[in-house]
Amino acid sequence: MVYKGNKVALDRLKEIAESVYGQLERSEVPHLELSSRTKSNIILDTDHDVWKYGEDKIKRSAKDLGGATSILRTLYTVDFIGDMIKGGKSSTLREMYYISEGWEKAKFPSQDESNKLAEDLEIITTCMREDFKLRPEEDGARVMGDITIEETNRKGEKKRINCKDDVGDSGYGIPYNVEKEKIRFKGINAKMIIAIETGGMFDRLVENGFDETHSAVLVHLKGQPARSTRRFIKRLAEQSGLPLVIFTDGDPWSYRIYASVAYGAIKTAHISEYLATPQAQFLGITPSDIVNYELPSDDLTDQDKNALKSELSDPRFSSDQWRSEIKLQLKMKRKSEQQALAKYGLDYVTDTYLPEKLTEMGLL
Amino acid sequence: MSQPFAKTMAKSQKEISISDFFAKNRQILGFDNPSKAMLVSVKEGVDNSLDACEEAGILPTVHVKISRTEKKDRFIIKVRDNGPGIVKKQIANVFGRLLYGSRFYAIRQSRGQQGIGISAVVLYSQMTTGQPARVTSKIGDDYPCHSMEIQINTKTNRPQIISDEVILWDEIPHGTEIEVEILGRYAREKKQSVFEYLKSTAIVNPHVEILFEDPEGELHRFQRVTERLPDQAREVKPHPHGIELGVLKTMLHYTESRRITSFLTSEFSRISPRGAKEILERSQIGDKKNPKRMNIEEIQTLYNMFQEMKFMSPPTDCLSPIGDVLIRKGLRKEIDSKFAYTVTRDPKVFRGTPFQVEAGIIYGGELSPGEQVKILRFANRVPLLYQQGGCVITHAVERINWRPYGLEQRGGKGIPVGPATILVHIASTNVPFTSESKEAIADVDEILDEVALALMECGRKVRSHINKKVKLKKISEKYSIIKEILPEIAKKSAEITRRPRPQLEGVITKIMNVTVIDSGLNYREEGSGDSKQKITEVAIRVQNYTTRDKRFKLVAKVPDALLQGIYPDRHRIRENLIEWDVGPIPPAKSLRLGFTMVGLEKDDVDEVELFHSNLTGEVIGADPL
Repeated sequence: MVYKGNKVALDRLKEIAESVYGQLERSEVPHLELSSRTKSNIILDTDHDVWKYGEDKIKRSAKDLGGATSILRTLYTVDFIGDMIKGGKSSTLREMYYISEGWEKAKFPSQDESNKLAEDLEIITTCMREDFKLRPEEDGARVMGDITIEETNRKGEKKRINCKDDVGDSGYGIPYNVEKEKIRFKGINAKMIIAIETGGMFDRLVENGFDETHSAVLVHLKGQPARSTRRFIKRLAEQSGLPLVIFTDGDPWSYRIYASVAYGAIKTAHISEYLATPQAQFLGITPSDIVNYELPSDDLTDQDKNALKSELSDPRFSSDQWRSEIKLQLKMKRKSEQQALAKYGLDYVTDTYLPEKLTEMGLL
Repeated sequence: MSQPFAKTMAKSQKEISISDFFAKNRQILGFDNPSKAMLVSVKEGVDNSLDACEEAGILPTVHVKISRTEKKDRFIIKVRDNGPGIVKKQIANVFGRLLYGSRFYAIRQSRGQQGIGISAVVLYSQMTTGQPARVTSKIGDDYPCHSMEIQINTKTNRPQIISDEVILWDEIPHGTEIEVEILGRYAREKKQSVFEYLKSTAIVNPHVEILFEDPEGELHRFQRVTERLPDQAREVKPHPHGIELGVLKTMLHYTESRRITSFLTSEFSRISPRGAKEILERSQIGDKKNPKRMNIEEIQTLYNMFQEMKFMSPPTDCLSPIGDVLIRKGLRKEIDSKFAYTVTRDPKVFRGTPFQVEAGIIYGGELSPGEQVKILRFANRVPLLYQQGGCVITHAVERINWRPYGLEQRGGKGIPVGPATILVHIASTNVPFTSESKEAIADVDEILDEVALALMECGRKVRSHINKKVKLKKISEKYSIIKEILPEIAKKSAEITRRPRPQLEGVITKIMNVTVIDSGLNYREEGSGDSKQKITEVAIRVQNYTTRDKRFKLVAKVPDALLQGIYPDRHRIRENLIEWDVGPIPPAKSLRLGFTMVGLEKDDVDEVELFHSNLTGEVIGADPL
């Protein structure tokens, strides 16, 4: 998806209001239509090799109170964003939620609702929420490795930062806007990108100097990665052509982290081609690793089991390899964290586990 | 051993009196523990008072007072009524002699079946505190009022009068008061408490007023809601299918008939002379046999023949149900709720015994939605507070799948959960209790089925009440859409697009798309004295929120009452139905209808049932005919 800019967003938002007004003029019950955001409505987009929303639509109609209120909220939000764009301001999603306090009947009951509406607007307008001058609360995560980034700071100055030499041990912090007007990649001196789920493991790899010994760019995902992190990884992988591996805990929730990086999240499937990196490969911890490396493990909880079962019907996990791994885990009923590798000593992950796995994957 | 053991035993064997026996087996009377003893004492006193008042045709007013004494766990219970009073000679017998009374033979629906009687309370009091009971009774203004202290001689089962004085008691023209001191425990917040018992009693005895002063001195008042005394239950003769061998023996012993033929035809219901002849022929007993000379084999043969042969069912008009309207009023006054429905089934028969089931359900209001439904059980107007799990009423509740009726129930079995209270009353000439303590009714199939049928009818009404509530919620949501949200949507979209505000009428009709029929009742009284008129006005409004003209038939089901002032004119009256030809009502317009009922008491009707035919689309407030 190309960057459309605020003007396009403004026009598209106004179209929403035009459409509602037109319905009222024609004595039709006001309604809005948008893609259904469920697991059953994501299909593989073969052009981009990512998972996107299918044909299923949901209709918000003023025939019921929920639908009517939602249409009213949409109009208020459209009006608010319009004012923001015209005034050259931006706000966080949380600020928008608080601003809605003054909207009376259109007030959001929780921030979840206002966040969802921002996503709804993205789907209807095919713009990005960044185009609406809305930004998330959470910052992106950290990067460590021999790449050089040119970032335009708030004063409009271009600054070059090498993510190995110009940063401390915590690495380079990914900003919320990672588009071309904000950052550009100037030099990449690496053989692979490794995205890591937990901060503990990221710091372990940094301390053990894995980025230098194996010419790797390490990216901390910070759990389920923020949009900017996924967009950053996507741009980096596309521009550099480097292989990307995902290193997480060995449980169903971590597999979803991988899926959202590789194929897109169900919630944001409308912008999958913009966020997802289909060439990403899952490194581990796999259920087979738990067995092969005899890792310390915990019992699966009922939620874990349900999550695994739900993944069996998730199109993003329909490959034979994923299915057999998930079935194996359901059978052995165990899960392990990535830091369980410390059982064999602090250097085991960098000296043995990662080299073995990367060789297996043909990356070493 | 110098002499047979039986002889040694005989020295210690002596006739024990009935009082002595009960003194040693107090749980049979229900005095198992101090808190139950408190409850049973109050209950026997109140039952006694109510029976006495009703027999004399007096609307009962009963005062119950419980006070603490200086001694731990000892309470004084006073029960006072406005009944007919007791003549001096009988006072001591009624209160000081176990199993004394006129009902030993009588087969009829009575409270007295429920317990051993007030004399047991006197006995319990005497055993636990050593205090005699004080009974004060007055039979009329022109007669002396006696106040006596009475004890029971447990060896002879005879009353002992400790003192007797004539006092002045001019608060009421007649009545009786009993005062006992017992060892007991008082619990306020309990399912099986005196308070709950009195409240339950007030529910099924809406003609009774009860005043209760608790040990803390707080006065609770359970008000009378009807001036109508229940019909006196008629005494009936036993039916051959409903009799036990032992009772047959006793009847044979005490009968005044000289011949077995006349014994059979005169002491039983539904045995005709021809039937008697057949019984005797088949039992090979001579028809001139003296009933008192029957040997045990003959009695057994006779009894077996009773079971084998078919007889007409016993008469059922001897029962006195409370009536659905009065149960509803009783429930309504004691429990705050949104919806009440009650049903009185036709009398039925089990094993030669007539019985009748009444049930009620209340729903919503202050009742808690997350708790098990409370079950109020009654036998012959007396609350059953113990052994809920072993009772046929509970079993019937548990057998029904309540989920289709809108209550939660795990696995479709067991006591349902929801904001409801269930009431079941079983009236019978012989309630089949599970045990002597008379706290639960046995699982008799015929009773189980009747209770279940009554409850399912209640369930269906709850379901339609909930449906109506859901519909009303939907309509109120639609009102808030068209009144609050839609105008805002119009305003905001006009603002953003910089255009004039659009007209909304067309959209409003499309959003509502419903015909709303609502009705209200208004009760008032006109005039006074004999010319007083009780007037219930009914107002109905039909609102057409659709895009089409509405023309249909509206039917109101009305109770038995004088109907007046039915409007508009295009209507017919058929039995209990008023039928109107309504319309055409244009879109967004409404029509008013109504009528007046004369002669109904206040709260006799909660709402008028409305039906429609030929009305298309969604309708709120009336069911299809």
